[in-house]
Amino acid sequence: MPDTPAGLRAREGDILLLVGTTKGAFLLRSDPSRDGWEVDGPHFPGEEVYALALDQRAGRHALWAAPGNPFYGTTLRRSDDFGASWSNGEDRPVRFPEESELALKRIWQIRPGRPEDPERLFLGVEPSCLFESRDGGESWTPVGGFLYHEHRERWTPGAGGMCMHTILTDPAASERMLVAISTGGVYRTDDGGATWQARNQGVRAEFLPDKHPEFGQCVHKVAHHPSRPERLFLQNHWGLYRSDDWGDSWHDVANGVPSDFGFCMAVHPHDPETAYIVPLESDGFRCTPGASLRVYRTRDAGGSWEALTEGLPQHGAYETVLRDSLDVDSAAPAGVYFGTRSGKLYASSDEGDSWTLVRDGLPPVVCVKAAVLHAA
Amino acid sequence: MSLTLSVPAPLRDLADGQAAIELGDDPATVREALAALRAVFPAAYDRIVTERGELRPHINLFVEAEDIRYTGGLDTPLPPGSRLFILPSVSGG
Repeated sequence: MPDTPAGLRAREGDILLLVGTTKGAFLLRSDPSRDGWEVDGPHFPGEEVYALALDQRAGRHALWAAPGNPFYGTTLRRSDDFGASWSNGEDRPVRFPEESELALKRIWQIRPGRPEDPERLFLGVEPSCLFESRDGGESWTPVGGFLYHEHRERWTPGAGGMCMHTILTDPAASERMLVAISTGGVYRTDDGGATWQARNQGVRAEFLPDKHPEFGQCVHKVAHHPSRPERLFLQNHWGLYRSDDWGDSWHDVANGVPSDFGFCMAVHPHDPETAYIVPLESDGFRCTPGASLRVYRTRDAGGSWEALTEGLPQHGAYETVLRDSLDVDSAAPAGVYFGTRSGKLYASSDEGDSWTLVRDGLPPVVCVKAAVLHAA
Repeated sequence: MSLTLSVPAPLRDLADGQAAIELGDDPATVREALAALRAVFPAAYDRIVTERGELRPHINLFVEAEDIRYTGGLDTPLPPGSRLFILPSVSGG
């Protein structure tokens, strides 16, 4: 068994990377230059960690992690000392009510709520459901309007499982949220979670006889910028889309990409016109097209995309970047980070213009979260 | 007579560090034994059984040398003084 990780000694202004893998979590720290990285881990060795988050609201430095394994299930853990210690896995149980006849398989997403409501957090879980905490993560309950949604029995699992992987809040309206599930598609509430409407008009379901159903799409990731929350970017299981009306309608923005298949999607922290993706060749061959590892960036909200290649292998790179393995920090210029299923972690400190291999030989990467550390 | 429940290493932190637990009151079935475990170590129980009351998919329970899958599942009878083993599958990597 690996040595027990000591945790990070992080300071205000440092960049933190939280990296989840199928065999544990790794925490990385850099000073604002982002020239070198201290690596701490693996935390939870042997356990898969699909969801990580840093909650910095209300002066906190709360790290959240959801380690799990196929034997004993998934737990939710918290650290307030950058990984030097973690809470007991039994302290904050995430459980479906007995009458639902559902059982938790995996936590896919940990999402702090709006800054104005610092005690509220959300979880996206498998089987697809949204859990909510109103006491800073101490207790969790499923959101009833989603748990008992009339479409539930017709949602089906994708290759990764039947997961809720995207949770977006509206900075301007506390009652509005948007989530995405695979498969099932995009759902939005405008009444604080009491009711949820499918919001998939224009998003195709290539694998179904009806290519444009009301719901059932295999949406892989949705991202937006808080300054323009109604503008959404969506990476689909075949299809790259944008919405300018909170998902009421979607239109194709796969302009100049080698493939519109992929998993991940991230929006620039300061520019709502700029987004990043890593296309994959196809659902049958989920590797970077042409064995060339390229991140694609749009600066005009999907009107065009440019390949970013400097520092990335352009030959023999059969890589896969999964739905939660791409993220940006909030520094200026922005940092962009991604991890691969082959255990490589890449970073860019110039908004994607050039890349550095931070770490190789990690277990398969399934989650990357980046943040600039605020003052406590 | 009590039943002896053998606890695998990853779950011992949830059972006061014990490798074996004596469950008294003579549980008649595996289901009753698990209920007795839940009463004293609920966190350990949660790692073995889902919210639906079903064994987690990669967890095996043996009464002595017999896998309960083939002897009646959770309703498998427990002879007095028998031993119940929690064994994770040799799946995964």
